[in-house]
Amino acid sequence: MKRSVIRVLVGLALAVAVMGGTVAHAAVELNMYYPVAVGGPITKVIDDMIAEFEKANPDIKVKAVYAGNYDDTRVKALAAVKANQPVQLSVLFSIDVFELIDQDVIVPFDDFATSAEDKQWLASFYPALMANSIVKGKTWGIPFQRSTIVLYHNKDIFKEVGLDPNKPPATWDEMVAAAQKLTKKDASGNVTRWGVQIPSTGYAYWMFQALCIQNGQELMNQDGNKTNFDHPDVVEALQFWRDLAAKHKVMPDGTIDWGTLRQKFLEGATAMMWHTTGNLTAVKEGAKFDFGVSMLPAKKRRGSPTGGGNFYIFKKASPEERKAALKFIKFMTAPELTARWSIATGYVATRPDAYRTPTLEKYVAEFPAAAVARDQFQYAVAEFATHENARNKKFLDDAIQSVVTGAKPPKEALTAAQQQAERVLKDYR
Amino acid sequence: MMIRGSSWGDRLEAAAAWLLAFLWAAPLLYALWAAFHPMDFVSRFDLLGPITFDNFRSAWKVAPFARYFVNTFLLVTMTLSGQLILCTMAAYAFARFEFPGKDIAFILVLVQIMIMPDVLIVKNYQTTSSLGLVDTILGIGLPYMASAFGIFLLRQAFKQVPKELEEAARVEGASWLSVLLRVYIPLARPTYLAYGLVSVSYHWNNFLWPVVITNSNDTRPLTVGLSIFGAPESGVNFSVISAGTILAVSPLLIAFLLFQRQFVQSFMRSGIK
Amino acid sequence: MKLDRRTARLVYGWLWLLPAAVLMAAFTHYPIVGGLVSSFFSTPRQGRLSRFVGLDNYAVMIADPVFWQVLRNNFLYAMGTIPVSVCLALLMAMWVNRKFRGRAVVRTAYFTPTILPMIAVANIWLFFYTPQIGLLDKICSFFGIPGHSWLGDPSTALACMVVLAIWKDAGFFMIFYLAALQGISPEFEEAALIEGAGRWYFFRRVTLPLLMPTTLFVMVNATINSFKLVDHIFILTKGGPDNASSLLLYYIYEVAFGFWDTAYASTLTVVLLLILGALAITQFKYIEKRVHYQ
Repeated sequence: MKRSVIRVLVGLALAVAVMGGTVAHAAVELNMYYPVAVGGPITKVIDDMIAEFEKANPDIKVKAVYAGNYDDTRVKALAAVKANQPVQLSVLFSIDVFELIDQDVIVPFDDFATSAEDKQWLASFYPALMANSIVKGKTWGIPFQRSTIVLYHNKDIFKEVGLDPNKPPATWDEMVAAAQKLTKKDASGNVTRWGVQIPSTGYAYWMFQALCIQNGQELMNQDGNKTNFDHPDVVEALQFWRDLAAKHKVMPDGTIDWGTLRQKFLEGATAMMWHTTGNLTAVKEGAKFDFGVSMLPAKKRRGSPTGGGNFYIFKKASPEERKAALKFIKFMTAPELTARWSIATGYVATRPDAYRTPTLEKYVAEFPAAAVARDQFQYAVAEFATHENARNKKFLDDAIQSVVTGAKPPKEALTAAQQQAERVLKDYR
Repeated sequence: MMIRGSSWGDRLEAAAAWLLAFLWAAPLLYALWAAFHPMDFVSRFDLLGPITFDNFRSAWKVAPFARYFVNTFLLVTMTLSGQLILCTMAAYAFARFEFPGKDIAFILVLVQIMIMPDVLIVKNYQTTSSLGLVDTILGIGLPYMASAFGIFLLRQAFKQVPKELEEAARVEGASWLSVLLRVYIPLARPTYLAYGLVSVSYHWNNFLWPVVITNSNDTRPLTVGLSIFGAPESGVNFSVISAGTILAVSPLLIAFLLFQRQFVQSFMRSGIK
Repeated sequence: MKLDRRTARLVYGWLWLLPAAVLMAAFTHYPIVGGLVSSFFSTPRQGRLSRFVGLDNYAVMIADPVFWQVLRNNFLYAMGTIPVSVCLALLMAMWVNRKFRGRAVVRTAYFTPTILPMIAVANIWLFFYTPQIGLLDKICSFFGIPGHSWLGDPSTALACMVVLAIWKDAGFFMIFYLAALQGISPEFEEAALIEGAGRWYFFRRVTLPLLMPTTLFVMVNATINSFKLVDHIFILTKGGPDNASSLLLYYIYEVAFGFWDTAYASTLTVVLLLILGALAITQFKYIEKRVHYQ
C-alpha cells in the first residue's frame, strides 16, 4: 500500500515539475511600472486594455504596478532595476530620458524595432511629442500619456461679469484684463473668487516653461547640458507670474497647490486655471457649470511644453522580453486604443491617425475641448529635460517658489538657479 | 487629587479640558464626516448633506486596500516575532550571564535607542539591496528585529526575577534554554504584552523606511499605500481620500478603542523605565 | 569537551547575544561607520567610478544653501514643537488625573492622534490647510479674517508642520506624565493640605520637581522625534515652498532617492548622526544622574 502511495506522489511531483517547466517556457512575464492619476475608472481602463492584450497574446503576461506620481514612479522603477528585480518596461516621465540613459538602464527602440513596419510605426507619432524621445538620433521613448497645458475657464462666471464666454483670453494682456473683471471680493475686501490661478507646486517648472515659450525662450538646449534660466526674457516671464498676484491682484499670494487646484476650479473659487489636459475628463465629469478649454495665451507667440509619460524598455530585459514588450507597446499605442485612452483621461492622443478613428472623431465633434491640446501641438516644445534632471528641476522649482512667495526678486532667484545648474551640468559638456 | 480650588474653578477647568479634547479629536471627526459625504458638501461644510458610501467604494476600487492590509499584518507579525525571539535571547544574555565585553556590548545596544534604522536609510538600503531583500516584507522588518528598546525592557524584566527561582530550576538539572522558557519568559509576561502593543503600533504606522524599500503593491504596507493614494498626478478629491484614510486606520483605531486600558498601560509601562 | 562553569556562562552569554548582535551591527553600527566612510568618496555615475575625494563632499555641503536652510528649519521646528508639546502634555496629564465627568473620553481624545499613522493625519490636515476651500480658511472667512495660503507661504509653512507635530505628540507624552503623577505619593498632598498650601504652590514646589526626570525624558524623546519624523512633509509640502518646510532627514531622502547622489546623502547623514549623538550624550550625562538604573 505504501509503495503505491509513493508512486502516486512521485508521479504527481514529476507532473507538476514538467507542467511548471512548460508553463515557464510558454509565457513571457512582463512587469511594468506606471504612474496614473488616481481616478477609479483610469486604473480600470489600463487593466482592461492589458486584459485585451493578454487575450490576443496568450503567451505574454503583463503585470502593471502603479507606483504613484511621475517622480515616485521614476524612483521606484530605478530602485527596482538597481535591486535586480524583474522589471522590463515602464511608463515614465518623458523628461527622465537623460537620467535613464546616464544610469544606463534603457535601450533605444531603433536597436530592435528594425523592420520596415516598425520604422513606420516609430514615425507615426506627433513630432512635437517625439522631441522628448529622441536623443542623439535614437528613439528612447514611445509616447503614451502625453499632454500640454491648457487654459480652463468657467463660462458661467464669464457671463456673470459680462465677458464673452466663448472668447477666452488669447494674450497675456487679455488674460490680466479678464482676470481683473473675474476677481470678486466680499464686503470686507477679502477675495472670494480669484480670476486665474497657475499652480506652483508639483510641476512649477512645467508651468514656467509655458510662460517662457510664450515669451520666446527655451529653458534648456537639445543636448540637455545647458540651461537658460537667467536670460532677460525668462526673468521677464517670471516677473509676469509674480505680478499676477503682487501687482494685478488676480491670483493669490504664495504657492498654489497643484493637487487641490482642480477642486478649487470646480467649486468656482477660481474662474480660470492653467492645468494639464490630463485633467479634462475629471473636470468634465465634476463640473456643475459650463466650462471652456483653450490654448494658453500668447505674448510673443503661443506655446506650451508637452508633458506626460513615455514607454521605456529596460536594458536588463532579455531579447525575448524585449520583443514581447515591443508587441505590448505597439498594442497600447494602436490608433483605436490611443483613442479610448484619450477619451477616458483627457490626455492627448499621441498619433494623428487616432484622431481619424470613428471613436475619437465622434467624441471631438461632440466635445471640441478634447482637440484643444492637440491643436496646440503646432506651438508645443519639448518639456524641460537635462542630465541629472531631478536636481535641475528642483533648482528651478525652488527659484519659482521663492519668487511667487515674494521672498526673492526674479532676477536674483533665477541667476542663483542658473549658477547651481551650471555647476551640475558642466561635467556633461 | 484632593487639593481643590473653588468649585467654579473646577468647572472651568473641566470645560477647558473638554474644549481641548474637542480640538484634539476634531481632525479625525472631520475626516469621518467627510468620508461619508460627497465632495461638494464637504467643501461647503454643509453638515446635513446626504450620507453616501460612494467614497468608500471609490477608494476601495482605486487602491488595493485589501492587499495593503495583508501586507501590513504580515509585516507587524513578522517583525514582532523576530523581535520577541532575538530580544529575549539578548536580554537573557545581558541579565544573567557574565562575559567579556558585556558592558561595551550594552552601550552599543543603547546607541540604537538614539540612532534608529530610520535615520540610516541610505546605507541600510544598500545593505538590504545586496541581501536581495528589496521589495520584500522581510526586508522592511529586518532592520528592526534587533530592537534595543526591546532588549532594554526585557533585561529590566528578567533582572527582577528572583535568582532563587533560577537556582531551583538549575538544581533540577534544567538547561539554560529550559530555564529561560520555564522561569523567565512566563514571569515577564506583562512586559511582553506592553512591548508587543508598542511594537505593533509603531510598525503599523511606520512610513519612511517602508517607502524606501518597497516598490510594488505586493509588499506595500498601508502607510505607503495611503501616501500614493493621496498624491496623484492630476488632483485630489478629499472625500475619497478621507474614506481611504478611514479605511486604513480603522483596524488599529478600533483595536485601540476596545483595548484602551491595555494600550495606555503598555505605553506607560514602557516609558517608566 | 566539558567547559567549567564560568567559561560555559561566557560562551553561552555570547551565543544568546549573537543573533541580535549580528542584526544590530548590520543595520545600526555598520551604517553609521559605513556612512561616514562613504562621505569621503564620490557618488558613482555613468562612466565614473566612485573615488576618494576627502572632504570635498563636506565643502559642497557647507556651500549648499539648502543644507543650511534645512538645518535651520529643523532647529526652529524643534524649538517650536518641544516646549509646547511638553507643556501641553503636562497640562493634559494634570487634567486627566483629576476626577471629572467624561475623563476617560477626554483621555482617549488626547491619546488618539498617537495611534494614527502620521501619513493618514497628514492627508487630513492637508485639506485643513488648503486655501479657500479648506476648513481653516472656511473658519477664517466665518470670522471675517482673510484666508491664506498656509502651506504656500514660506513664513507659515513650517509653522503648519509644527502645529501638526504638537497635535500628534502631546497625547503620547501625556502618558508618561500620567504615569509619573500617579507615582507621586499621596503623603505629599496630605502634608501640603495640613500646611494650607495652595494648588499653584503645591504644583510649583512639589509636583514639578518630582516630575523633572519625566520632563527630561519626554524632552529628549521629543527632540529625537523632531529629527526623525518627516512623514508629514511627503504629503503636505514636499519641503516647499523653496525648502521652507524641509527638514534634514527629508533632504537626505531627496538627495539619496530623488537625485541618487548617495555620497552627498551620506555626508548629510553624518551631520544628522552628530546631532543625535550630541543629544545622546546630553541624555546620558544629565538624566542618568537622576534616575537610577539597576
